[in-house]
Order: sequence, then structure tokens, then C-alpha cells
Amino acid sequence: MSAPARQTREPPAAFDVERVRADFPILAREVNGYPLAYLDNAASSQRPLAVIEAEARYYEQTHANVHRGVHTLSQEATAAFEAVREKVRGFINAGSTREVIFTRGTTEAINLVAQSYARPRLMPGDEILISWLEHHSNIVPWQLVCEQTGAQLKVAPIDERGEIRFEQFERLLSPRTRLVALAHVSNSLGTVVPVRQFIAAAHARAVPVLLDGAQAVPHVAVDVRALDVDFYTFSAHKMYGPTGVGVLYGREALLEAMPPWQGGGDMIRSVRFEKSTYNVLPHKFEAGTPNIAGVVAFGAAIDYLLGLGLERVAAYEHELLEHATARLSAIPGVRLIGTARDKSALVSFVLEGVHPHDLGTILDAEGIAIRTGHHCAMPVMEFYGVPATARASLAFYNTHAEIGRLAAGIERARKVFA
Amino acid sequence: MDLKDLYRDVIIDHNRKPRNFGRLEPADAHAEGVNPLCGDRLDLYVSLEGERLRDVRFEGKGCAISVASASLMTEALKGRTRADARRYFEEVHSLLTRPGFEPSFDLGKLAALSGVREFPARVKCASLCWHTLNAALARRTEPVSTE
Repeated sequence: MSAPARQTREPPAAFDVERVRADFPILAREVNGYPLAYLDNAASSQRPLAVIEAEARYYEQTHANVHRGVHTLSQEATAAFEAVREKVRGFINAGSTREVIFTRGTTEAINLVAQSYARPRLMPGDEILISWLEHHSNIVPWQLVCEQTGAQLKVAPIDERGEIRFEQFERLLSPRTRLVALAHVSNSLGTVVPVRQFIAAAHARAVPVLLDGAQAVPHVAVDVRALDVDFYTFSAHKMYGPTGVGVLYGREALLEAMPPWQGGGDMIRSVRFEKSTYNVLPHKFEAGTPNIAGVVAFGAAIDYLLGLGLERVAAYEHELLEHATARLSAIPGVRLIGTARDKSALVSFVLEGVHPHDLGTILDAEGIAIRTGHHCAMPVMEFYGVPATARASLAFYNTHAEIGRLAAGIERARKVFA
Repeated sequence: MDLKDLYRDVIIDHNRKPRNFGRLEPADAHAEGVNPLCGDRLDLYVSLEGERLRDVRFEGKGCAISVASASLMTEALKGRTRADARRYFEEVHSLLTRPGFEPSFDLGKLAALSGVREFPARVKCASLCWHTLNAALARRTEPVSTE
């Protein structure tokens, strides 16, 4: 038997969660006298030491403004900044770094597309199609642009499981649809949207598609060319990187044809009072001094994730999801909200007789951090007829023991209010 | 931080069996309180007899703190004057926000809300009904929020 053949037959090495946890300093802290169980990763994940150190190292040794000076530091800062753009390009398999725009986050990336792509094209009566699953950041920018242009917002419904109803979506694609904007993964329910099917349907009618990938990128490998998506948006802070950094991927031809969104330094080629000319992609969309240190640290986060291996991460998180789903659904009075067939590692639920906020406080007293509220997805709450849910969202550094503590905490909350 | 301090028996009881719960029709004053981030919402109704709050009722949905606080408030204020309501508002506000605050008069069961101040994220839950009452008495029609 040859060595390579044997290697392929061996199962992948078990995921060593304790070793991974040691990379995250914050996981060692106590909250209210208990070890922290951080189960609010869909809101924002924590950072490994490598990311924290990359930011500190940048400030200690490299910082200067980018794309400006001829001096050494500016050149080094520019090189470090642009190296991360290349890293992001590889991470999502974009064709060119010209297609990778740094933003403040997913929200800003969506607003950029709304204002620079959609607004100049929309006529009264045109339509933008979203779904009932969307986070407010993939609803409100479109409402604003609709108000500005007289276009209409159409919403594809979901079913009880929390999946977008594809037939209804297809029916809502009309000759007036100018753009489709969908979540890749729902932040409130964890639904993984089978986006290829939706993109193909939109493209069959020559409608471009934007995906909100904020919840997808930390958990699944994203290949924008394989997806054949037109715009893809995500945030660094949900994938173990810093806050205040995000990415807009856009097909080059589309970005090329779009006017700048914000004006300022870095996005121009020449400025005269009569007329200014704009810089080339991607700089055309990056007015002002960017979050250089954040971008550099984001590069370290990508390295860290790739070092762990996205497939291993996904497999371990899926195991956690199955465990959490089984443990929580076994508790009397727990109703899971969102039971899509394909889900990311997130459990949204309500507990009969206990308001999510009371549950959140009771769990916090034991060091367990979950999110309670409407998760910036009020239409989803309305669909299920609940004002709020409790949401435990898991990352690869969470453990089966933490899920056990969550389940025990929910049981205790039931007793407090019984 | 002790949960027993927050979820005292009085709070649990008033959450489970809210007093003066339901609509008041016709009402002389009405206001709506909404904390959309929490999902807490309540409608507050007052019937007036001169300066007196003849009846105070509420309905709505919310966490144990917001429901119990509204229930305790209606119980405390029923039959009292507008001036009393203002005094109670000031006292309860201080009770919820000022460490070590000692009420200047006996607040009765409302004193059970003192545990809330150890949980800053929950102060808005307890104070929503009081701000809503103020709005109702001032005849403001905009929904009230304490978020």
C-alpha cells in the first residue's frame, strides 16, 4: 500500500479545541465568577492573539499613511495594506485585487452598492428583490434608495423552517427587477441559503445579485467565481478579525461603470476646481485614510482561519450545532426558531414563560453570553410571532461542555419562573 | 451580582399574575411604551377624576422586570394624585439608578425594584412603564422608549 493512498483514507485529525482556545486570550477570563462561555459569535467573534499582535506590531513598527509618501514607513505600510487585499482576493477567489474594496463593514459595503450601483440606474417602478430573512442592513439601504428613486422593494417570503420559498422568489423576479440582494446565511435563524439556485434564477433574467456574506464567511469557504455572484459583502469582526473593516467584492465590469460613492483623498487622480478625475479600481471607492491597522490585522485573521482549515472548522461547528440542537430541543418549553435543513452553527429559540431578556440575564450571571432580542431582523421575529428570541451562536472555540452549561442554565431559568 | 436580588418573589409574582392588566375604555389618558431592541411594549391607560388617578391599567408584553414594574406601578398609583405620581416617579427613578439610594418615603412593594440597579442593562425595562405614564399624563402621543 502506498503512503499517499493511506493518507487519503485516514480520517482528518481530530479538532483540538483546547489548543485552539489557548489562542484566544479573552476565553481565559471569568465573568461573574464563572469561566466565560462566549456563545454570541454571530454578533461578533473574539480575536486570537495573532490578530491582536499583528495590529500592535503594525503600530509599533510600520505605521504611516498609505499610498502617499516616498518614505520607507509609508511604503511598508502600503505594502502591508495591499498584501491583505491580495490575501482577501485569494480567500474568496476573486479574479483580481481591483475587485476587492475595503469598507468599514458589511453595512457600508451594501450601502455603497445601493448608492453607487442601484441609485443611478433605478427608475420609478423598478424593483429590488430581497427576502424575509434579511438583516436590517440588507433592508434599510434598499428602502432608502427606493425612496430616492421611486423604485419598489419586493420581499420573497420564507417558510416555517426559515427557508426562502424559491418558487415565490422566482415569481417575484419580474421584468422590472434590477437587483437581487440576499443573505448567504441568516443571522437570526442560521439558515444557509442555497444561493447558487437563486443566483442562477436571477441571472437567467439578467438580474445581478448581491450577497450579504457576513454570517457565511466565518464558517464556509466562499468562492465568488464559483458562486458566479456579482457583489459579495462581509465583515472582518465576525471572522476573528478587528471591528471597522469589511469587504465589498464586485465584478470588475460593474465596479468600473459605477461612479464613486464618497469623495476625498486617495480616490482621486487629479483635483481641479473645474473638475476632478478619479482613481482606478479599487481606490476609486476608498476615499480617505482607511483603517490600515485593522486591515493588517484582518490579514492575520485570514491566515489564522486558513491555518485551522475551513473544512475542519465547518465539520467541528456542525458537530456542535447537532449537539446544541439535541440538548436544547430536549428541554420542555423550548421552541427552536429556524429549523432549516442546512444551518450554520446557531440556535435561535424561545422558552415558554420566560422572556429572552430574563433568560439572558440569568445565563449572564453564570458567565454565559448569548444574544437576546430581535437580532436586527424584526421582520423575522414578526413572521414567527415572537417579539424576541434567545440566540446561541457557536464558533470553533466553543465546547460541548459550554453547551451543557447553556442547557443547565435554561433549566434553571425555567425553575426561577415556574 | 445576585440574581435573587433581581428576581425577588414580589417581581416573580407580579410577572406571573400582573395586577390591573387589561385595557381601559374609555381612558382619559393613554400612551404607548416600546423598547424595540428588547421587544418590550406596553399600553398604559389612566382614568382621571380631577387631579386623582382613579384607575391605572396596562397591557402588553415584555420581560419579567418590565411586566412586574408596570404591575407594581399601577397598584401603587391607583387612587393617588398627579402630584403623588410625580413624587413616586422621582423616587423610583433614583431607586433604579443611584447606588445606595434610600427612599424618602415608604415605597411599599416598589422597593423590590432596588435590585435592578445592579443590572444596568435592565434599568430600561423597569423604567419603561414610568416614562409611559408621564407621557400619558402629559398627553404626549409619540410612543415612549427608554432604550
